Amino acid sequence: MSVVKQVETAGAGAAPGAPRAFLEGGHALAEGAIQAGCRFYCGYPMTPSTEVLEYMARRMPQVGGVCINVEAEIEGINMVWGATGGGVRSMIASTTNGMSLMQESMSEMVLGRVPAVIVNMGRGQGDYFQCTRGGGHGSHRMIVLAPGSAQEAVDTAYRAFHLAEKWRHPVLIYGDFMLSHTSETVSFAPPPDTLDPLPAKTWVTDGARGRKPRLLTSLGMRLKEDASAGAPAEIGPGGGHGGTDTTRPMRDTVARHREIAAVETRVETAWLDDAKMVITAFGIVGRFARYAAKLAREEGMKVGYVRPYTLVPFPYETYADVGSRGIPVAVFENNAGQMVQDVRLGVEGRAPVHFIGEISMDGSGFGVGPKIDALHVLEKIREVYPRRNAA
Amino acid sequence: MSQSEAAEPSAPSTVTPGMEKVFTRSPLLGTNTHSLCPGCGEPNAVRVLMENIEEMGERENTVCVLGIGCYTAFAALMDVDCQQAMHGRAPAQATGLKRVLPDRLVFTLQGDGDMITEGIQEVIHAAARGEKITAICLNNAAFGETGGHMTATSVIGQRTKSTLEGRTPERHGYPIRLPEMLMGFEGVAYLARGTVHTPAGVKKTKKLLRAALETQRRGLGFSLVEVVTMCPTGWFVTPGEGPKFQQENLLPVFPVGELKRPRSLTV
Repeated sequence: MSVVKQVETAGAGAAPGAPRAFLEGGHALAEGAIQAGCRFYCGYPMTPSTEVLEYMARRMPQVGGVCINVEAEIEGINMVWGATGGGVRSMIASTTNGMSLMQESMSEMVLGRVPAVIVNMGRGQGDYFQCTRGGGHGSHRMIVLAPGSAQEAVDTAYRAFHLAEKWRHPVLIYGDFMLSHTSETVSFAPPPDTLDPLPAKTWVTDGARGRKPRLLTSLGMRLKEDASAGAPAEIGPGGGHGGTDTTRPMRDTVARHREIAAVETRVETAWLDDAKMVITAFGIVGRFARYAAKLAREEGMKVGYVRPYTLVPFPYETYADVGSRGIPVAVFENNAGQMVQDVRLGVEGRAPVHFIGEISMDGSGFGVGPKIDALHVLEKIREVYPRRNAA
Repeated sequence: MSQSEAAEPSAPSTVTPGMEKVFTRSPLLGTNTHSLCPGCGEPNAVRVLMENIEEMGERENTVCVLGIGCYTAFAALMDVDCQQAMHGRAPAQATGLKRVLPDRLVFTLQGDGDMITEGIQEVIHAAARGEKITAICLNNAAFGETGGHMTATSVIGQRTKSTLEGRTPERHGYPIRLPEMLMGFEGVAYLARGTVHTPAGVKKTKKLLRAALETQRRGLGFSLVEVVTMCPTGWFVTPGEGPKFQQENLLPVFPVGELKRPRSLTV
């Protein structure tokens, strides 16, 4: 059984005396990554991840790091693979379509246990399936974090690198146009849950100085010091072909995700104790949903609120609790209905689940449409609120 | 090609009096055996590569980034740190690694299918950026690991399982000569093509690889060596016929020698 933790809400990460700045979400995330020790960044310009690239192009040289404007996202993700393999905290940000291009490498980085940080500043929220399931292959799952504010973007940058190295697993951060472009005051201090000591970096392939050589691979070769498995193994007769177990990384990944789900699931909740209905949303859209729930409560509707912060592992238990009390859940997303499937898996038929979101874009198609509005969400709440049970 | 452990060259104490020991396995090769086909040329290239790294004293300063092909199995044999890359992407991965560890010797080990067919964008941009890495392409003009299919370097007339009557320009286009293609790139410092189908060719290839690695060590720019290797399995000839097939069919298309060399390089 998982322990679902509350994620600190926006602003709560601010420590007394911590450096503060007024930054838009994309820049805040980039600076958070630098403060977390990221020293290699690459990206291909694409709105709204371009802002991360622009920020890193200015900041990385100031801190002795590397920023590369790559020629394609596929090159970028593999550069991050190489730099991470060299033992340096590394990050790439892209957008929606660019993320689709990177799926092969992302899948294999999970199987090869390459602890890089990957950011999708998406166009709207239509990449929920892409981020949580992916177009990739081979029983892989990402760890997916969805910050809801500029402060949470900062905190998430620290947390992403921490989780990546803690679990030796790539971590995906999923934001959107609105998060990237909304300016807020943020402070820079590592969240308390990122201060635990980290395991030794046994994956690092930086020239075998004073040690046996290592192989960083997703192919399940059992070799040398075996950076893949973390356990010493001998060279098989005939080399890699003789010593390969290609299913091992997949089986290990599945087992690891059970462990991750048990302790890393994080969620923001409010007003669940007396709730007659629950509204749920993720990312910055969650803030509109939370405000709409507050307005609904002012009208006498007892609306609770759930915002998953970890999309993988997903807080199924939170929805199971809500469902077991027979409380209907309304899912608001800026897409055609994707997270609603996970909500239904959590509720498991014990209560009605209403999809009240829709694809709402501006003229550019980048994702700040008219329906991303608290009053619109309030109207949708009124439509599905269970009147007969209302107090 | 496989040598058994029993055939390992004698230790110095057992050298017959009056005889000079002239060859031994590089200590950077983990074993005397490999899992590749009889007659394969790739082990020859990897052997002289490892000899160079040993002679340069770079054993503890080298990282190899491997592509996907038969040679991926050499990860088990090369006594240096290795990263396996996605098919075609090794030059990008090596770029990330070299940029964060600029004092390390970083080389890619790829085939023609990996570097030229699947990943030509990665190697071209790495060359254009002048990344201080060494890209090594083992070119056997076929997808050996899949059992003999056409790559971007299969020569006109070459029969493969996907060009059953032989590669024709009309239906399959022309083979790519990558080193020649990169000649005009300012970021490229060293370009060469070697062969391993004769003892002299193996010896020369060792020198070409050494020059490429020295180019990197001195920070002069991007270096690339294409080594033409035998693939009797993928060419549908016997192991013994491999060198002759290579001489007659591949080398006219892929002439060996240095194409570009830094003036300051004396190796």
